[in-house]
Amino acid sequence: MNRVVITGQGTINALGRNVPETLIAMSNGVCGIGPLEFDNVDRLNIQIGGQIKGYAAQDHFNRSEINLYDPFTQFAVIAAQEAITQSGLNFSEEKLADNTGVVLGTAGGGLQTQDQNYRAVYEAGKNRVHPFVVPRLMNSAAASHISMIHGLRGPGFTVASACASSNHAMGQAYHMIRSGMTQVMLTGGSESMLCFGGIKAWEGLRVMSPDGCRPFCGTRNGMVQGEGAAIFVFEEYSHAKARGADILAEVIGFAMTSDAGDIVTPNKRGAASAISRALRDADVSADDVGYINAHGTATTINDRTECAAIREALGVAADKVMVSSTKAMHGHLIGGTGGVELLAVIAALKDGMIAPTINHRAPDPDCDLDVVPNTARQAKVKVAISNAFAFGGLNAVLALKNP
Amino acid sequence: MSVADTIIEIVAEQAFLKPKDVKPTATLEELGIDSMTLVECIFAIEETFDVQVPFNANDPEASQFDISTIQTIVHAVEGLIAAQKV
Repeated sequence: MNRVVITGQGTINALGRNVPETLIAMSNGVCGIGPLEFDNVDRLNIQIGGQIKGYAAQDHFNRSEINLYDPFTQFAVIAAQEAITQSGLNFSEEKLADNTGVVLGTAGGGLQTQDQNYRAVYEAGKNRVHPFVVPRLMNSAAASHISMIHGLRGPGFTVASACASSNHAMGQAYHMIRSGMTQVMLTGGSESMLCFGGIKAWEGLRVMSPDGCRPFCGTRNGMVQGEGAAIFVFEEYSHAKARGADILAEVIGFAMTSDAGDIVTPNKRGAASAISRALRDADVSADDVGYINAHGTATTINDRTECAAIREALGVAADKVMVSSTKAMHGHLIGGTGGVELLAVIAALKDGMIAPTINHRAPDPDCDLDVVPNTARQAKVKVAISNAFAFGGLNAVLALKNP
Repeated sequence: MSVADTIIEIVAEQAFLKPKDVKPTATLEELGIDSMTLVECIFAIEETFDVQVPFNANDPEASQFDISTIQTIVHAVEGLIAAQKV
């Protein structure tokens, strides 16, 4: 089996317009969550989110691109460009382009395009919509555009597993290189659900916090949404080595499980099993794990269940592992969240920067792990994992090690 | 129909019970109402009475909306309706 390394990363999210800005914000414990700004926000009960403030599509794209790119595609294209530039790969080489694919995760896809066009036909009573509504809203559009822009002719598709979409996507990319199907994969996820319809739908579930995201905190009262993308270049190890690429981290294991339980309530067994299987796949022990980027949504039940699952999977090693949820800083990017969170995992392995769980005010006896409260830490980490536990009980855990 | 009767009807429908089997002193747990069904009940109450129920599933106790029994829910909804008329 081939080894798989990461040689490029890119992002745009509430904490920064690129990876360096995002990592500085994470290491400073910056909160990217604030008042939402979009049409009809006054009709929402939940008016906060991790929005990319000051973002204007025309600063990045021309008119014909904007006609084709929903914001979720725009974010993915911006992040992919940064990742490819860092990797130094040149896709004008025919053979490389034939062996490079794109697999992304998203939950809502072109949700803003749907929201706007439903408004046009139902609210404004228009009988005509823009001709590109379908190619703009389809949730594989971002993967297609990255393939088209960079001429990547290998496998391309989009994975949907709600809040675990990015982790499931990166798991596919990992398997494809590991098995020898492809040499390089662009992978990660993107989401742009911050619009009236996107938040209104979530409000209905009564799991959103009106005042802030406080994972593992005794005062937590729900999740807060974010938006953006993070895309990575996964590359076969010997290919990266031969060209002298800068290796950021190695992906060493991946596991997926299903709770087979409830459509919204998580379950400890499914989560614990995904963690255990990822460690087994990576051939590492619980003692090797120095950092866990938690799913940590800040709902009462997720955080309690996740902590119990970590204890079950790691045993006594759970007492010394650092666990943080960076969602308190960038919000929950739903299908894109595992992408942005992998940035924190790589920073832990590569730079020893352990991103904190900010907004931690009071302990919760049900979350009695080292949650790296409020302040980032410097620590040497050999192996780190990234958890994603989606609605519908779809769990996906990635294991990485330092290069 | 009184507020109490309407709420009993809503809860009975969600719990797959007959209204006569929903006693005012019953707790949601006794009626077999889980957290998702509760969210549906609250939605139905909001739609029926045109009120906004301050309820967060993460923190039911801090929601200023007492869901301990059918009686407390009726009382809370009556309060919301009265507040709206002011």
